[in-house]
Amino acid sequence: MKLFQRLVPWILLAIALFILPAALDDFRLNLFGRYFALSITALAIDLIWGYTGLLSLGQGIFFALGGYAVAMNLMLNTKSLAGGNGIPKFFENYGVAQLPFFWQPFWSPVFTLIAIWVIPAVVAGVVGWLIFRNRIKGVYFSIITQAALMVFFHFFNGQQKLFDGTNGLKTSTTELFGQLVGSPDMQVWFYRLTVLLLPLAFLVCRYFTSGRFGDALIAIRDDESRLRFAGFNPVPFKTIVFLVAGALCGISGALYTVQTGIVSPQYMSISFSIEMVIWVAVGGRGTLVGPIIGATLVNYLRSLVSEALPEAWLFVQGALFIFVVVLMPDGIYGWITKGGFRTFLAAFGIAKKSNTYPQLDKEAIPVD
Amino acid sequence: MSEPLLELNDVSVSFDGFYALTDLSLKLYKGELKSIIGPNGAGKTTFLDVITGKVRPTKGTVSFKGKSLLGVSEQKISRGGIGRKFQTPRVFENLTVLRNLELSASPVKNAISLLGSGLPQSSKDEVHRIMNYVGLTPFATVKAGSLSHGQKQWLAIASLVAQAPEVLLLDEPVAGLTDEETLRTAELIKSLAGDHTVVVIEHDMEFIRDLGFDVTVLHQGQVLTEGPLEKVKSDPRVIEVYLGPPEQ
Repeated sequence: MKLFQRLVPWILLAIALFILPAALDDFRLNLFGRYFALSITALAIDLIWGYTGLLSLGQGIFFALGGYAVAMNLMLNTKSLAGGNGIPKFFENYGVAQLPFFWQPFWSPVFTLIAIWVIPAVVAGVVGWLIFRNRIKGVYFSIITQAALMVFFHFFNGQQKLFDGTNGLKTSTTELFGQLVGSPDMQVWFYRLTVLLLPLAFLVCRYFTSGRFGDALIAIRDDESRLRFAGFNPVPFKTIVFLVAGALCGISGALYTVQTGIVSPQYMSISFSIEMVIWVAVGGRGTLVGPIIGATLVNYLRSLVSEALPEAWLFVQGALFIFVVVLMPDGIYGWITKGGFRTFLAAFGIAKKSNTYPQLDKEAIPVD
Repeated sequence: MSEPLLELNDVSVSFDGFYALTDLSLKLYKGELKSIIGPNGAGKTTFLDVITGKVRPTKGTVSFKGKSLLGVSEQKISRGGIGRKFQTPRVFENLTVLRNLELSASPVKNAISLLGSGLPQSSKDEVHRIMNYVGLTPFATVKAGSLSHGQKQWLAIASLVAQAPEVLLLDEPVAGLTDEETLRTAELIKSLAGDHTVVVIEHDMEFIRDLGFDVTVLHQGQVLTEGPLEKVKSDPRVIEVYLGPPEQ
């Protein structure tokens, strides 16, 4: 059983890498690539919300920044999309003759690969540090992150001359290594890349949540001011995890952009950032497996429902959220690991009582 | 005697015009053991808030080892050697008992260094010694949130001891404990005496007597009287603030 448990992640990885591509058609495979890309964002939110208690409603900022970074590079390096003066055609529509200065470094693929995660990380680090050092917590933190999201949304939405405004940047018609980014072959590669990066993101989150750093994060969630009296300054802890979460969201946004074929200010819409939080709540916050389950499942469900009854999705999503909050406060994964069906019965008051200290019965007292 | 370890001079704290402390002056010497009593609203907890950096005094100075504590953050004061247990036992509910203690005992408080390093063996031994002393060893892997109230009190005290501060400030360490637990807590606190400076705030008179520390009575944000418990108890002013003015 122990061996089997250790093999589970490898089995899942093998299924995702070899069986899914063989079993699914290009369209479905691409959808799964998107779910896995979004799972990275869910992991990031779990890191800051599930573990550290920071409910950010503005992760869309970092997600979109990563997406824009990759899209800018792809647009610049596609000859067929260039206008008369060698820069992307949409600039002509707004009478922009010269490439805006901040587009310049995106000619370089190396710079872009770094920018995808460093730019969101820096933005998150600075915003986070300013918020945390002023001891802004709880609901106020959520409101500020949402306000920041709106600022970014309106900036990107309004700047046609810089980012093609509300149209966004289309990547499906761009070229990479001489192939169309939107072509099925390329999409399979992006799928594989996503499947490999998701476990890496998982390991990054595990690195930060395990050990004593992770204990401090949980302590911040439980009682932040108490932690100060133990001699710890919570500000660096919170800034670091918020920065890491920003970087992960950036990577997630870049992977999602190349697989959907477009990045637009819609990625910074308020509802999208709230949906991200819902995935984590549904999957199970405070565990690292939960968010991946949540993001994949909710988005898969969304595809299925949207195909059958396009108008019904929002209702289903709302119902799902209420269902989870009321009956599965620890999410699907928490529900499975903490008693499963019994918690349902408990909600109606007909569950068997558990032992006071189940741990004491199960395991010997550790002496290390 | 030599320089006081902790010194409060004419400290006043005002909350929107209401004075929780008024011109309070108090000295604490190294190794001193003190109990502070006083009726509700006497400013006992505010007194601790001022020392630990939670509340900034409106007026007056607070110094520790000759250095001012005004405007110094809570974590810096704590690292400087002043530890505090809160009135309600505040423990990290989602960490196990062992992890609670290890976090407090950690000599490394910096976020980045905490990422790589483990807890030194000496701290681990100390944690196990303390955990054993307060009888929480069987609960080492139990989450602190599922402990009973008394156990949480002990965990909170044990965390404070694990932090190894020079000055221990204990705000109502035996609130909600059984008689036996109270007795044991008194023993625990007395065992800390010697190399520690201890201030205990309590309502439980029996506990104060068990401790046998000198007593300071606070009333309306000021020191009313000081001395051994028996002397303080017979002081008519103390009787008056506790029981009201004598009937005519």
